Amino acid sequence: MPNEVIAEFKVTRMSILDENGIADVALMPELSHEEIRKMYELMLLARAFDQRALALQREGRLGTYPPIMGQEAAQVGSAMAIKPADWVFPSFRETGVHLSLGYPIAQIFQYWSGDERGQLTPDNLNIFPFCVSVGTHIPHAVGAAMAARYRRDPIAVVAYFGDGATSKGDFHEGFNMAGVFRLPVVFICQNNQWAISIPVKEQTAAASLAQKAVAYGFEGIQVDGNDVFAVYCATRNALEKARGNGGPTFIECLTYRVADHTTADDAGRYRSSEEVAAWRARDPILRLERFMAAQGFWSEDYGREARSRASASMDEAVHEMEGFPPPAAADMFEHACASLSPRQTRQQEGL
Amino acid sequence: MAKLNMVQAINLALREEMARDDRVVVMGEDVGRDGGVFRVTEGLREHFGAERVIDTPLSESGIVGAATGMAAYGLRPVAEIQFMGFIYSALDQLSAHGARLRTRSRGRYTCPLVVRTPYGAGIKAPELHEESSEAIFCHIPGIKVVAPSGPYTAKGLMLAALRDPDPVLYLEPTRLYRLIREEVPEGEYLTELGRARLARTGDNVTVIAWGSMLERVLKAVEPYSADVIDLLTLSPFDAETVLASVRKTGRAVIVHEAIKTCGLGAEIAATIAEDAILHLRAPVLRVTAPDVPVPLGKLIDHYLPTAEQIRAALDEVLQY
Repeated sequence: MPNEVIAEFKVTRMSILDENGIADVALMPELSHEEIRKMYELMLLARAFDQRALALQREGRLGTYPPIMGQEAAQVGSAMAIKPADWVFPSFRETGVHLSLGYPIAQIFQYWSGDERGQLTPDNLNIFPFCVSVGTHIPHAVGAAMAARYRRDPIAVVAYFGDGATSKGDFHEGFNMAGVFRLPVVFICQNNQWAISIPVKEQTAAASLAQKAVAYGFEGIQVDGNDVFAVYCATRNALEKARGNGGPTFIECLTYRVADHTTADDAGRYRSSEEVAAWRARDPILRLERFMAAQGFWSEDYGREARSRASASMDEAVHEMEGFPPPAAADMFEHACASLSPRQTRQQEGL
Repeated sequence: MAKLNMVQAINLALREEMARDDRVVVMGEDVGRDGGVFRVTEGLREHFGAERVIDTPLSESGIVGAATGMAAYGLRPVAEIQFMGFIYSALDQLSAHGARLRTRSRGRYTCPLVVRTPYGAGIKAPELHEESSEAIFCHIPGIKVVAPSGPYTAKGLMLAALRDPDPVLYLEPTRLYRLIREEVPEGEYLTELGRARLARTGDNVTVIAWGSMLERVLKAVEPYSADVIDLLTLSPFDAETVLASVRKTGRAVIVHEAIKTCGLGAEIAATIAEDAILHLRAPVLRVTAPDVPVPLGKLIDHYLPTAEQIRAALDEVLQY
């Protein structure tokens, strides 16, 4: 008796805006020029944050920082589809998401300056703290989605992580539970192709990361992560599906980490400058500029002004951050637990 | 008042709290349809529904991680890890997240989570079903660790753990699950976390124990005039009660079924040395398991502290 085929699958990649800035009109999401300008300006803001953070770190005014350069479309495009009531579980390389959702810029600098007070999410946002431990926040997003469903809250949950996280156990455990319980959660992987020095080919033998979703019983899709329209579309669709009780979705944004892993890393040790140059040419901001110019709503002047506004926002935020008084020593006890033990109290008093 | 065993007492606590507070949900492997492998959650799913008594995949890290997300969202999950020997894959979730979420988020998100896990040896179970690794968790600031010693304290501690705003690891001594029956009142009473209980009073020596060892200690000390302190909360432990007793008796013996090196007994002995050494008449002794992996059933009686070993330690300190 011949073996029966019990499962077959295919994985698709979505792209709307090509490297030359030409969009597929049929697939183009309904976005006003104003909304597209907002996307563009947020991407510039994210780029400006990165550049400023790198400069500050070199001057000793900031601690170790993980740049997002090259991933602006994946971050801004997805975040633009998120509603304020949704819950967001970021990794540690999501500055563009934070900026898009309106997280105070000075606080992001503050966190990377080594001051945990930067992690206090404003009350109008539901962003979890940065997760430095790779992929371990995926089950938290799953639990929040379980709780949201239990409460009958009409929201969705989004978890962000990188290609390295897909090798972790918590990726499996979280995805598996999301599939079993058919939860309102969207998993967004920014496959930037490098987990420090390990290329994605050494991270997995699978042809795509998106296809991993198939094994958990839900949809996985790859999108061109440097195409802000495709990322936005895929995220919006997945969030609508989640809110409509259609279950989880895994979106793999194929992008590239143009900069080093962090300011403590030297990517020149493990990858070629040709590879980096090829990806710089696929810059997501440049691509959107080309599109906007062809559509008649981008000019050199506008681009210059927008960059200068982004830079001014950084000046203001850095000024604000450097004006924050340093935390008092006793501050490390402040949120250690709801009420301190007698020993902790003595330790705090003894500082 | 009904005489209940520990399984029934914990079940009663969960049942009462779930009826009182719809934020409380129970989750874990086999906790629903099967009522838990020790039947601690028996009947809860029938009463409260599958939405609140959630059978999860076999996924310790996923269970504790998802429970952390639920707690942060505003629920009060009770996550069961089926045996303490399987908790290690969830250690990352507890130490890197549950314990630190309040700090990391500056109080914006908290983790009112209870992780229940059967612990301890003496039930003739396979490898990794008889662990007692409480000290690992006591070394993590941000988590409380409790261990009831009988049905009455089991209910009171569970209710207190469920009301606590931070994560609590609730250790259930498997050997005692059905060994002791006590009067357990219906309705609310809370056994305060961080507070030890004087299980017996005496003059000449202080014996400190918790969970599974308390019953053995109480039998062993019958001929002696000893204070027996039932620690109940292992972290943060009630140093005040321990020190007050040691200052009175001048002698201390600590009994735990976990291994000796870096066990909780070391912390208690060090605390006594720091704060009460001038009241001591004898060295502080520890009666513990030897520093080896928990053996299988045939050797377990040689592994666990015995009443004879406890008495030998008492006799030794009483010589001074």
